[in-house]
Amino acid sequence: MNWITNYVRPRINSIFSRREVPENLWSKCDECGTMLFHRELSDNLNVCTHCGHHMQISPRARFKALFDGGIFHEIAVPAPVTDPLHFRDQKRYPDRLKAAQKATGEKEAMLVAEGEMGRTPIVAAAQDFSFMGGSMGMYVGNAIIAAAERAVERKRPLILFSAAGGARMQEGILSLMQMPRSTVAIQMLKEAGLPYIVVLTHPTTGGVTASYAMLGDVQIAEPNALICFAGPRVIEQTIREKLPEGFQRAEYLLDHGMLDRVTPRPQMRDELITVTRMLLGMPPAVKGNLPAPAPITEAEAETPEPSESAKAQVKGGEAPSPTPKAGDKPAAKGANAAAKGEKTAK
Amino acid sequence: MERVPGMTNYLDFEKPLAEIEGKAEELRAMARQNEDMDVEEEAKALDKKAGDMLRDLYKGLTPWRKCQVARHPDRPHCKDYIEALFTDFTPLAGDRNFADDLAVMGGLARLGDRPVVVLGQEKGHDTKSRIERNFGMARPEGYRKAIRLMDLADRFNLPLITLVDTTGAYPGKGAEERGQSEAIARSTEKCLAIGVPSVTVIIGEGGSGGAVAFATANRVAMLEHAVYSVISPEGCASILWKDSEKMREAAEALRLTAQDLSKLAVCDRVIPEPLGGAHRDRTATIAAVGTALEEMLAEMDGKSRKELVSARRKKFLDMGSKGLAA
Repeated sequence: MNWITNYVRPRINSIFSRREVPENLWSKCDECGTMLFHRELSDNLNVCTHCGHHMQISPRARFKALFDGGIFHEIAVPAPVTDPLHFRDQKRYPDRLKAAQKATGEKEAMLVAEGEMGRTPIVAAAQDFSFMGGSMGMYVGNAIIAAAERAVERKRPLILFSAAGGARMQEGILSLMQMPRSTVAIQMLKEAGLPYIVVLTHPTTGGVTASYAMLGDVQIAEPNALICFAGPRVIEQTIREKLPEGFQRAEYLLDHGMLDRVTPRPQMRDELITVTRMLLGMPPAVKGNLPAPAPITEAEAETPEPSESAKAQVKGGEAPSPTPKAGDKPAAKGANAAAKGEKTAK
Repeated sequence: MERVPGMTNYLDFEKPLAEIEGKAEELRAMARQNEDMDVEEEAKALDKKAGDMLRDLYKGLTPWRKCQVARHPDRPHCKDYIEALFTDFTPLAGDRNFADDLAVMGGLARLGDRPVVVLGQEKGHDTKSRIERNFGMARPEGYRKAIRLMDLADRFNLPLITLVDTTGAYPGKGAEERGQSEAIARSTEKCLAIGVPSVTVIIGEGGSGGAVAFATANRVAMLEHAVYSVISPEGCASILWKDSEKMREAAEALRLTAQDLSKLAVCDRVIPEPLGGAHRDRTATIAAVGTALEEMLAEMDGKSRKELVSARRKKFLDMGSKGLAA
């Protein structure tokens, strides 16, 4: 044993530590500590391949996996007044915003896009927890309103992925006012008879849970996501007792009737396609590796106020091909089965 | 300034005032026992000094001091307003689901001749009633009772009046289990959906989501020293300053006063309070709220259900678009 610990291990370690390993190739699972290779992790949508723990995923990465061929068209969000209260704590609010923009490469805490998911046209919005805790301020409110307006205009369902610590304190009362504002947006969808599906991801808390994140026609959560109004620490301070294991987690909420389903991220897309198509009265989706849809043409993607950020995003290696909207017609059974076979063979 | 008999609760910044008012009272008490003593002149001088001091203190209340005034234990609460302003008040109870939450009181009542539905959070006035009312912090059943009453108002075309006074929704285990967030979300949704005129007065504290669930109305008025905020100054200080003692700075930064909220177009109307705060002249405060309610309701007379709903939605959609310049 001594020979191994004293001689072999240091030698092996020295060989590995001398080699220049590019950074960020490996990441550690927050839950089980397993080292995960970056490609393996991103292929599994940031879900640990060892223990199934769901890590944060950026809205952009999520959309790339959600939309057919990774192609989606970003919807422009009207910019609100920056720093409406001239808020200053230990740092100035504009400085905090700039730091978050630099760290995430995103403009704000919500991304809105439209495109096709399993040949089902949808509008999607995703909150970015890495951007100031995903907090809901004027921009997030505007994003939800823009998403709902586009959905109504195009008669598409809205799928919203929530992730937030709550309201953005630096916008004071105006962040609180996003509760009624986002609720108005959801009412527009409901009046237009369009499905609104909420996917609650870790964590969804505070004013976000107490408004648009709890008003879905269908409420699906990712496993073990913390979903609550008051956080566990606040409750422990109030009632002065330890809370049970799993309190306010997705499975707990499911048990207490607050959710429809808890679905792991890798199965989420298929489930969303199935549910959305039924709600819209569409035939079942063709499952399998369909060619990517044609890129959204400028005429189609035309927004009321076209802007820089509204340009079509073309991602993924597949060549866009002008496929007819196969999903709109009942697909032949044979083709369906063949497509399925292809998928399982992969 | 006339001293309110039995007023024993002074705020920390009112300490010097308490001393002078105490002295004046002592003098008068002595004079009552000893008829030869003539203290009236001296006592009057003290009264005047106290009056001047009160005026100075309340002339430019800092946001944090306003929070303290808004939480003053002697401030009139929801129940006081309902009893004084309305006739035929018929409390309606329960969420038809789980329980009756006493933190929320409401029912049918008449404001003048007008039948209305009135709804509010009640904090209680002594230990027993405070516990019974859970200090005005509603649980899901409270919001679900509110939803039921809003539905009633909507179905029978009765204007809805809400009186907001809460630190926030109750952060407890049972409340979370029974869906606090869903209850609040549905209550806000209902506020936005009803086809009747709705008027809110924030009479004390408007605490976060627990307040929004009641205060999403056509008209939102605030008492002069009431506050309305996304988080308590203490909570904000402990998160952003990592020090809950920085509540003065946080109160300043949050812009939670009626005056700042008017600039942000969140508050439509500020109802003046008597000098020294609502608790120094409860009758006058309650009457001023009554007048404001009647006037705000009159502004919406003759509006169709559709107009009321779309005006309310527009109000909230437009909110914040101009920042402090609104």
